[in-house]
Amino acid sequence: MHFLKLILRNTLRHKLRTSLTVLGLVVAILAFGLLRTVVDAWYAGAEGASSARLVTRNAISLVFPLPINYQERIRRIQGITAISHASWFGGVYVTPKNFFPQFAVDAKTYFSLYPEYLIPPADMKAFLTDRKGCVIGRKLANTYGFKIGDTIPLRGTIYPGAWSFTVRAIYDGAEAGTDTSQFFFHWDYLNETMKKAVARRTDWIGVYVIEISDPDRAAEISTEVDAMFRNSLAETLTETEKAFQLGFVSMTEAIVVAIRIVSFLVIFIILAVMANTMAMTARERIAEYATLKALGFGPYFLAGLIYGESLAIALAGGVLGILLTFPVADRFSEQVGTLFPVFGVSLETIYMQAAAAIAVGITAAILPAFRAARVPIVEGLRSIG
Amino acid sequence: MSVPLSYIWRNLAARKLTTLLTAGGMALVVFVFATVLMLEEGLRKTLVETGSPDNVVITRHSAGTEVQSVIDREQAAIVENQPEVAYSTNGLRLASKETIVLISLAKRSSDKASNVLIRGVGQKGIELRPQVEIAEGRMFRPGSTEIIAGKSVAERYKGAGVGETLRFGQREWTVVGIMDAGKTGFDSEIWGDVDQLMQAFRRPVYSSVILKLNDPAAFSELKTRIENDPRLTLEVKQESVFYAEQSQLLANFIRYLGMILSIIFSVGAIIGAMITMYASVANRATEIGTLRALGFRRKNILAAFLLEALMLGAAGGVVGLVLASFMQFFTISTMNWQSFSELAFSFTLNGAIIIKSLAFALIMGVAGGFLPAARAARLSIVDSLRAV
Amino acid sequence: MENLPKPIVQIRQVTKSYHRGEQWVPVLTNISFDIISGEFIALMGPSGSGKSTLLNLIAGIDKPDSGSLKVNGIDIATLSEADLADWRAANVGFIFQFYNLMPVLTAFENVELPLLLTRLSRGERRERVELALSMVGLTDRVEHYPSELSGGQQQRVAIARAFITDPVILVADEPTGDLDRASANEILAMLERLNSEMGKTIIMVTHDPHAAKSAHLIRHLEKGELDVTN
Repeated sequence: MHFLKLILRNTLRHKLRTSLTVLGLVVAILAFGLLRTVVDAWYAGAEGASSARLVTRNAISLVFPLPINYQERIRRIQGITAISHASWFGGVYVTPKNFFPQFAVDAKTYFSLYPEYLIPPADMKAFLTDRKGCVIGRKLANTYGFKIGDTIPLRGTIYPGAWSFTVRAIYDGAEAGTDTSQFFFHWDYLNETMKKAVARRTDWIGVYVIEISDPDRAAEISTEVDAMFRNSLAETLTETEKAFQLGFVSMTEAIVVAIRIVSFLVIFIILAVMANTMAMTARERIAEYATLKALGFGPYFLAGLIYGESLAIALAGGVLGILLTFPVADRFSEQVGTLFPVFGVSLETIYMQAAAAIAVGITAAILPAFRAARVPIVEGLRSIG
Repeated sequence: MSVPLSYIWRNLAARKLTTLLTAGGMALVVFVFATVLMLEEGLRKTLVETGSPDNVVITRHSAGTEVQSVIDREQAAIVENQPEVAYSTNGLRLASKETIVLISLAKRSSDKASNVLIRGVGQKGIELRPQVEIAEGRMFRPGSTEIIAGKSVAERYKGAGVGETLRFGQREWTVVGIMDAGKTGFDSEIWGDVDQLMQAFRRPVYSSVILKLNDPAAFSELKTRIENDPRLTLEVKQESVFYAEQSQLLANFIRYLGMILSIIFSVGAIIGAMITMYASVANRATEIGTLRALGFRRKNILAAFLLEALMLGAAGGVVGLVLASFMQFFTISTMNWQSFSELAFSFTLNGAIIIKSLAFALIMGVAGGFLPAARAARLSIVDSLRAV
Repeated sequence: MENLPKPIVQIRQVTKSYHRGEQWVPVLTNISFDIISGEFIALMGPSGSGKSTLLNLIAGIDKPDSGSLKVNGIDIATLSEADLADWRAANVGFIFQFYNLMPVLTAFENVELPLLLTRLSRGERRERVELALSMVGLTDRVEHYPSELSGGQQQRVAIARAFITDPVILVADEPTGDLDRASANEILAMLERLNSEMGKTIIMVTHDPHAAKSAHLIRHLEKGELDVTN
């Protein structure tokens, strides 16, 4: 174990330099982990999607609605066990900065399609009996301090006017990956109000959400639904919920790609720092390495010393960086509130962080170890670094 | 007289690998910093220049974007006939009643789809946008199912090139021309005859009305009159302001994410500079003592090492900027969250960004070099001469 | 009336101690002596005797704890650090055991260094540097870096640097300590000429008796106290 002791003592020789290097590594690994978590959060919607749910939207684009009378016709298709609908409301709570998703849903049927939204039965009943009631997610409630009984005013953009709703229930997510930043209210209320204001816009909904009994038949059933409405006024496009969510992500793909690239850049930056540290350290100790060689230690031993020191520093920084990722991610998640409803550090991210630290530790040592192993003894002894 | 410059920069050159790695780390950080600024500027240019200073966009009150806005025929007619509206050479009003829809189109490169904005324009639509030219083919004939595509759309989406057809609203539409909007937002749009599109989508309403003012100063008068008119539920904005507001979320996101990233990364580079400079000071202790013995002051020593760190920063800054300038060859295309449609913009480099990036690099150099330089200055002559 | 030789260095009751962890270690205790102008004096003694410390005090790169130290009439013990730096630049020439040349500067630039602290113009500096380097016989090595010069050549560059500002005293700390016999003799001969032809007062610390022979006067230091022998 003398070898390990030697390595450890060597790292402590230059306390300032070692601690600065470790600090740099902590910052880099932390940044890397955070960026990857941001990318994961981007895909969170798709990750949380169920394979037993389909989404039917207007084939032209999401901006066009579907008639409400499609619901009964779709329900009759074989393999469909339940159907509900949701419409994007897009209201503004005080300022546009306070973004969270709002949907007008078919209250009676919607929540049975989403068993991952946990709502106490008494609250659900209160919501069903209040036409102007709303159901909000736990994260949304925490971000703005909403409680049951509070009134939430929304300024309509797509559906103009000043709207206000009463919180009747707060839902929790069954899993960590469930989106609890959403806001649901009665579509009936929306429709009634539209009847009085703009008659042309009544009886239209955004998307249908369909539950199927056999996930393997998803493609089949999707085609059946779309065939039913081909050549009608509002042609449909049905896909799995996952595909639907991924569609959104792909529209902002450029940003995701950019963030991924940047996360690797930070590793390169710290690699430069680490390589510099090891190069300087090795150069200053040439006389020592020459001495060891004179004493009979082979080039592998020397290389081992340098790799060992480099890895020791990299692992110290890596472990600290990984540990810090969790509290920092939590703070970040609080700050962005409902913009990233799901923000959790995944196991894969931790593996990648560890791999990055190890890779940096090894790569930084390559050149110095090579040089040290090859230094001729006499020259080395004469050198004063 | 201070320590000679040749002493300072030759010390950097004497340790090639270390100088390379340290400056290299800083170069990468400056690259990220400059690239983010360039992206922001590209986005701003695209959107702000999408608007002309004497044009006015009228949408429904608090609609936010044209997609969410609805203006019925009567209101549109009232607005069109306001006295501040300019006339074109052929005696017609320079006003365009327009309707916006978003359709999902498949990209040429992958099969992924994205929302593309289709704008039904009035006869004066293209005249109202002087920055838009027909680059290929010709303008669509009014009353037909011909359309023209913006440069970015034609390049990226299947069926959007000259001679190709797109199918939507239960009709076939032929692309007869490509418009070059000088890298503004219209490059990401498809234009057609507003009446044809309204019929095809069964939307008997407009999304917006674009007017050219005969006198830009008349804007506030027009705005007050329209917004206070009880018959109308509209809001009036200058075109450039309108488009700038459209991208606020995206622009802010880019700016904040970019700045946070740059700051975090700069910590890494500053640490790298600090390590290098501390080693530099330690290895040259005898030189420092000799210089002090010869009569150079502590402040000369401080300045010499600070300058060394600044040179490292400057080197990193220049390299980082050169790398960033290559980003100008790339275009980014992403969905603007507010308008829900795809927007293409590129990286734009200007003098202000160059200056900011170099300043950032120099600041990193100073931050990394300050403590080590202070240590060098604080050494006692006798101790540093004794150092090995 | 003959002009009595003037003392150029007057040391009175000087004391100096160093910190070693918690302890104060006295190095010089109430030491007093004079150095006459134009003298070539060697300070000898075992390690730890304080000879280098004494040299440092005379050269103005360290300050005594108490006592007065007059060089050419100025009590340098009372000068501020900034003034001391200016004083050194004008009055002291340094010669070190390991030459202490800047490795990244050429021989020319190394010799020029002290002149950068004066108000001389570029041309004036060039003139003096070339003259000094010719006096030490290195005109053909002017653009070489220290790594390209032998030990003896490097020390000659250092000597040129030491007298370029025409200082009042030259201090040399083991000037031949790193040289072979031949080079050492060269250097000692040079110092002798500086003393006899240019009248420079030279104070040399050495532990080599052969080097000490070049000096007019040898003083021994032992545990901070002086002896006189010649």
